[in-house]
Amino acid sequence: MIRRRAGLRLWLSAGWLGALGAAALLAPWIAPHDPLAQDLFLGRMPPFWEAGAEPGYWLGTDSLGRDVLSRILFGARVALLVALAAGTISCLVGATLGLLAGFLRGWFDMVISRLIDIWMAFPPVLFSILLIAVLGPGLVSIIIAVVVIDWTRFARVVRAEAMSQGAMDYVASARLAGRGRIGTMIREVLPNVLPTIVVLLTLEMGIAVIVEAIMSFVNLSISTDDPTWGGMISEGRSAIHQSWWVLVFPLIALFLTVLSFSQLGEGLKDRFDPVLR
Amino acid sequence: MALLRLIAIRLLTTAITLAGVAVIVFFVIRVVPGNPIAMMLPPGATEADIARLSALYGLDKPMITQFGIWLAGVVQGDFGTSITTRQPVLGLVLGRLPATLELSIMALVIAVLLGGVSALIGTRGRGGRTEGAIDVANGMALSVPDFLWGLVLMLLFGVLFPVFHISGRVTPSLDLPFVTDFYLFESLLRLRFDLWADLVAHMFMPALALAIPLAAIIGQLLKQSLKETMNLDYITLARTKGYGETHVILREALRNAVLPTLTLVGVQFTFLIGGTVIIERLFSYEGLGNMAIDAVINRDLPLIQGIVILFAVIFTAVNLIVDLLYAVLNPRLRHA
Amino acid sequence: MSFLSIRNLSVRLKNGPPLLRRVSLDVAAGEVRGLVGESGAGKSMIGKAVLDILPPSVEITEGEILLDGTDLLRLTPRESRRRIGATCALIPQDPLTALNPSHRIGPQITNRLVDILGWTRSAAEARARDLLAEVQIADPVRVLRSYPHELSGGMRQRILIASAFAAEPKLIVADEPTTALDVTVQKQILKLIAGMQTRHGTALLFVTHDLGVVSKVCQRLSVLYSGMIVEDSTVPDFFAAPRHPYSAALLAATPKYTDPDAGLHPVPDAVIDAVRAEVAAFDRGAARG
Repeated sequence: MIRRRAGLRLWLSAGWLGALGAAALLAPWIAPHDPLAQDLFLGRMPPFWEAGAEPGYWLGTDSLGRDVLSRILFGARVALLVALAAGTISCLVGATLGLLAGFLRGWFDMVISRLIDIWMAFPPVLFSILLIAVLGPGLVSIIIAVVVIDWTRFARVVRAEAMSQGAMDYVASARLAGRGRIGTMIREVLPNVLPTIVVLLTLEMGIAVIVEAIMSFVNLSISTDDPTWGGMISEGRSAIHQSWWVLVFPLIALFLTVLSFSQLGEGLKDRFDPVLR
Repeated sequence: MALLRLIAIRLLTTAITLAGVAVIVFFVIRVVPGNPIAMMLPPGATEADIARLSALYGLDKPMITQFGIWLAGVVQGDFGTSITTRQPVLGLVLGRLPATLELSIMALVIAVLLGGVSALIGTRGRGGRTEGAIDVANGMALSVPDFLWGLVLMLLFGVLFPVFHISGRVTPSLDLPFVTDFYLFESLLRLRFDLWADLVAHMFMPALALAIPLAAIIGQLLKQSLKETMNLDYITLARTKGYGETHVILREALRNAVLPTLTLVGVQFTFLIGGTVIIERLFSYEGLGNMAIDAVINRDLPLIQGIVILFAVIFTAVNLIVDLLYAVLNPRLRHA
Repeated sequence: MSFLSIRNLSVRLKNGPPLLRRVSLDVAAGEVRGLVGESGAGKSMIGKAVLDILPPSVEITEGEILLDGTDLLRLTPRESRRRIGATCALIPQDPLTALNPSHRIGPQITNRLVDILGWTRSAAEARARDLLAEVQIADPVRVLRSYPHELSGGMRQRILIASAFAAEPKLIVADEPTTALDVTVQKQILKLIAGMQTRHGTALLFVTHDLGVVSKVCQRLSVLYSGMIVEDSTVPDFFAAPRHPYSAALLAATPKYTDPDAGLHPVPDAVIDAVRAEVAAFDRGAARG
């Protein structure tokens, strides 16, 4: 019963993410309209099933007459790019620091732990807004911001895992057999910590998408012309009573994407868990 | 005695953490491009005007000196003056603090109620469909951050079925007789239930959005803890005395199951407080978080510092309270 | 007239092997009945079935459990629970885990009297003090105010014994009450239980793997192998001349401290095979219906 649920979860989330990835890649070819093209005569058109809809604009238009569907497809590119880049880099940085801290201990661990404590005293959203203000708007800034703020997520967990693994017998055996400390860490401990890292990675990707959305929402992401889901949501929020579709559809896309990343992680965790296998 | 030693060590590490936060924020924001003075003055201001005002705010001095001056001020309780509003930072920040505190605590209460009830129901119906349904609900609630829940709630109960307000802390036309900024609390003390109802109607959506992920965590953890506790020997013994399942869960198991949940909830509560920044913005709620975003956009350096420090203080205070609570509730630790 | 009468009780793991095979035994009012067998024989299971605390993975497939004439298995869960709570009690095996760590000792003894039996708080507390004095606890008032982790294992077992007698039960199930204790303490606790049983006149179902204990405390005993009762007799008869080969082997296997050179005599393989064959025959008969 648990197995079946885990499988379903895995397939559904992988399915959505796969479709999203395809949409993002093929956006220039499958989008019905130019996401930046404005047409003030077609402003605030409702989605196709409502009265007064404009044919060809399936999900309606925003106040400047831009096609919502096309903007969502192009927004997917930004979202996935941030997810993959920010997720992987913060994983590398955080996991490495956590592994070193948890395995090598000593003053290195003390410094890292103190650093993590200080980091966690900052409200994450505020910290990211601050960083974007420093770094200036742009995709690279978002990615750097996510890495700088969330590396602690990996570091903490990996450190704890590395510490408990480091105390185990197989590590002592490896050391006795003549392996150096770093060598032991990489060859013996890392493979056992890897499942945890992978799960956190998918989680982080979901978080990266959210951070980008929040930054766009507060008008701090990339330039205001290029479509981002967060930007669309911000616009939609201000016109929530007049044109709900501008808010609802990017919200659904964002919701499903974040949910999928998280459930993907959960599903992978179930696969990796030797007890359930 | 052991307790005092524990407190002393905690205070020391807290001081180091806060010092670290202060240093980081101070220097980070001074790297920010964009001159707050220039942003404040009307266009057409001369270089001399800008220079004069910069000197007034001490922004022309080297960074280390600025830090020294600021630190000296802090020790005396002076957190500087806000560049955008020309008012003392401490006053501004403390003025907005109650709103955010009330929102966070309301969210915490909602989360504990929702999570607690779901855990109890899940334990009572464990192994069956009830528990399965609760697990699915929890999984979804956990996967989606407060920001998205805020938007969903806004659409559902602000637009589709307009029951609650989706903007602001209180209806602007109302006359407020309060002396403190703790509106919610004071309205109860003064027995002004009309005002209290209006406040709740505004606060409920943002508080619920903040609460949902925390409720899921509490629900899952408490349920797990309760299920494990239900297998212990003293529970079996209680059953032989004639007590029913519900009584056993509530009176015998709950107190022991709550303890492991507590520390994680404490940490998660600090995340909740951090979430107020974007939720307040979303619902135009006049709290600390909303002010913080404006401060960053306007490059109001002293204000940014003050707010970040305050958040850091709140986080460390919450952690301390949680640890103390744990020590009080666990009889074993008290006598250690 | 037996207070407890178990008739043809069969218990098995849900969708799994049988754990108890048509067990029947009686306990008269005020009598001490021993239940002996090796680990895994199912003796604890019988006690748990009577008290309705079987684990959720286990189910009763047939039989009757007559408590003072009423079949518990035909009652609703609520009624059965109430009846058991009012007339029975458990002395558990492990004193270190059987007390709720978050509650003081006092309420753990008095609550059932107040909540279920309707006593006043003061009457219940007086009763608790008397009981603790009966089990020779020196400072009852202090102990009642203490938390379990502040007391030793031996002290906690005394408390559990006292607590079992609190509601003046007609039947107590003692589930290996001395197994988890130090050898030095075992003898004292045994004397205590025996003494209290005599004074209060309670029937006792004494589960143990130790024949020595049985000889000291019990009047009748049943021997259990693999969920099946292989012998049922009075204690003097049993120790003089056990009827079933397995029981005889068990008796012979008990080390005699008076004769250290006698060597150890584990139960011979032939006897094990024989009794296993009996069990298999039972199962075949049961399968045929």
